[in-house]
Amino acid sequence: MKLSLTKVVNGCRLGKIKNLGKAGDRTMDIPACLLYTKTGSAPHLTHQTLHTIHGLPAMAQLTLSSLAEHHEVLAEYKEGIGKFIGMPESLLYCSLHDPVSPCPAGYVTNKSVSVWGLGGRVEMTASKFMAIQQALQPDWFQCLSDGEASCEEATSIKRARKSVDRSLLFLDNCLRLQEESEVLQRSAIIGVIEGGDVMEERLRSARETAKRPVGGFLLDGFQGNPATLETRLYLLSSVTAELPEDKPRLICGVSRPDEVLECIERGVDLFESFFPYQVTERGCALTFSFDYQPNPEETLLQQNGIQEEIKYVDQTKKIKTTSCNQEMTSFEINLKEKKYQEDFDPLVRGCSCYCCKNHTRAYIHHLLVTNELLAGVLLMMHNFEHYFGFFHSIREALKSDRLAQLKELIRRQAS
Amino acid sequence: MAAALSPTSLESAPRIMRLVAECSRSRARAGELRLPHGPVATPVFMPVGTQATMKGITAEQLDALGCRICLGNTYHLGLRPGPELIQKAHGLHGFMNWPHNLLTDSGGFQMVSLVSLSEVTEEGVRFRSPYDGDETLLSPEKSVEIQNALGSDIIMQLDDVVSSTVTGPRVEEAMYRSIRWLDRCIAAHQRPDKQNLFAIIQGGLDADLRTTCLEEMTKRDVPGFAIGGLSGGESKGQFWRMVALSTSRLPKDKPRYLMGVGYATDLVVCVALGCDMFDCVFPTRTARFGSALVPTGNLQLKKKQYEKDFRPIDNNCACPTCQKHSRAFLHALLHSDNTAALHHLTVHNIAYQLQLMSAVRASIVEKRFPDFVRDFMGTMYGDPTLCPTWATEALASVGITLS
Repeated sequence: MKLSLTKVVNGCRLGKIKNLGKAGDRTMDIPACLLYTKTGSAPHLTHQTLHTIHGLPAMAQLTLSSLAEHHEVLAEYKEGIGKFIGMPESLLYCSLHDPVSPCPAGYVTNKSVSVWGLGGRVEMTASKFMAIQQALQPDWFQCLSDGEASCEEATSIKRARKSVDRSLLFLDNCLRLQEESEVLQRSAIIGVIEGGDVMEERLRSARETAKRPVGGFLLDGFQGNPATLETRLYLLSSVTAELPEDKPRLICGVSRPDEVLECIERGVDLFESFFPYQVTERGCALTFSFDYQPNPEETLLQQNGIQEEIKYVDQTKKIKTTSCNQEMTSFEINLKEKKYQEDFDPLVRGCSCYCCKNHTRAYIHHLLVTNELLAGVLLMMHNFEHYFGFFHSIREALKSDRLAQLKELIRRQAS
Repeated sequence: MAAALSPTSLESAPRIMRLVAECSRSRARAGELRLPHGPVATPVFMPVGTQATMKGITAEQLDALGCRICLGNTYHLGLRPGPELIQKAHGLHGFMNWPHNLLTDSGGFQMVSLVSLSEVTEEGVRFRSPYDGDETLLSPEKSVEIQNALGSDIIMQLDDVVSSTVTGPRVEEAMYRSIRWLDRCIAAHQRPDKQNLFAIIQGGLDADLRTTCLEEMTKRDVPGFAIGGLSGGESKGQFWRMVALSTSRLPKDKPRYLMGVGYATDLVVCVALGCDMFDCVFPTRTARFGSALVPTGNLQLKKKQYEKDFRPIDNNCACPTCQKHSRAFLHALLHSDNTAALHHLTVHNIAYQLQLMSAVRASIVEKRFPDFVRDFMGTMYGDPTLCPTWATEALASVGITLS
């Protein structure tokens, strides 16, 4: 694969990754997001409903936490995870963990890392990990790594150092095992930058990982609530400065629109798309605008609209859902609210997703109130499409040097 | 008992059914319903979308499967979101954005299913809402009023429904009351030109009561008749006899809708007995429990035996699930918390039912229905002679032998 930059503006990289995939004929624009999946399937969506979404990412994210327990089945299947899940045409990236459900800490040793599936803990040494990747045959996969230095409130230098040492050891082991595997020749290992909050260790991790023949880099340990990312942004810039320009930089656990922009400004290329999923699970729909150059009339309408929405949104509302105890953001509206009961507008006026073209807020409200499965399906379709549209607008803004406008627009809606 | 209202105010009900072919041995018929939202080929299985949604599948998916009529429920929709809102949304079609036909049940069945929350009088059924404890009275007039607001293409009379396991004077009371309620529904119906009101034959498992009901109700000129009060806990032996009795007394030129059926075997047998329309929650409900319907029965895909089964659910099935996915993948997905697993199976099970009805219809049109039945039973039970006794008897009663 080859990453070529079209331009770099204020630290933001606009470019293309070419020669991707088993046949080496696929291309991916950056900055971009990856399609979030659970057990190899977009949440709530079948192939049919998934493919009504415009702007689907070229690459999907699989999680080892959901797939490791099926490794025997995949080994017997032989034809790789892409075909098994019914996505033979998609590029695939396999991360260790699911960004939505963080796993319990304390299970990394010098010799193994554990992931948590629905069936329980799966402990993996480098050999077992690579055996599983052999069965999966993804295009890219996150290397086995120790991400726990960033789990605690204050990382000790010792813990940070250990996370870097261990991750480098795992990397070297996995690279060696990759050399011995014919099947994995066409897969790229993504090196993981660790080091907690300790600048020295972060730099060491970046420099050392960059020396290895990895396909790209995953910036681990920057996830958490918005406040924690804020404090870690300076670390992020320093880390990316140490990385080669011609390899992609992924970040895990960061998916909110405002945080995405902050990270792009600090040299990150690829993001997970679990944020639209979290929004879906709390019965909400993304409505934030990313139209950074609307016509003047629209601007006025939008501004009034945005003010309206913000007035009603209770910032501190905590909505308990089965899979994420997250607070609602100001990027979304809560369709369970009574005021949507008779609202016959689409979720977002002008949105071209299946849900907005066919259904109303009143209908979604009804589906949520009556606990119908279709609510999740329709909301997921809209939230993914809206989110992918946002990424498209980032690339367009970068092309036309208007990222500052987009950033300002998002910032206004983030408060 | 009050004299039945003579429906002289009702102009002759439209003939909505056109017969295309009839089996020369059995009572099976192939036809076409002409409904406001398009034609529907019969025999037809109608999936049940109780609360203005076919569970996890979109209107587009349902349309792509070839579904041209499905069900909504008056009791549920009457409570949430309510008829006024649906009217504002341009009817149930507009609210759920379904371009084809809809049939709404009257709310009568809930009298049985929610019996602890209901009380029946001559006036109507009084329900206590499970959501807020509020009481609602569902009278024949109210039911028709709600269904008029919903705008469904076929609406059902409110009937006095008793469980098929109930015996004694209550059954007779319910039968006669259903006739009186039919007349009240006919009188209250505001849109006979846009919505087809069907009567529902009651009488439980008593041949005399059912015959009386048939005689009386067929005097009313409604566009179609449903056979109700069955598909509860009764034995299959009693079940088929009541179906056969009903179809023998129902007019040939109007559709016969057998409510609450069902399983593949029951569908095939009841087509032979002369039924045209069916509905049942079974295929969609069983999908959400991980069960896929196949010509040999069903596959409990959560079971370990499917873990490494890389075949599709059914090699001969044209549905999107079978085109793209293996049993092994569905097995893994069913053991996750991704609801997509349920939707894959819902799509397949609806496809199975619709494909079955299509095949039944083709066999009637091509004059080989009895052979079709034998093949079907052979596949389902391993040998036609291993078919359940009640089905063998029912088929024999209309001239189809299985050996």
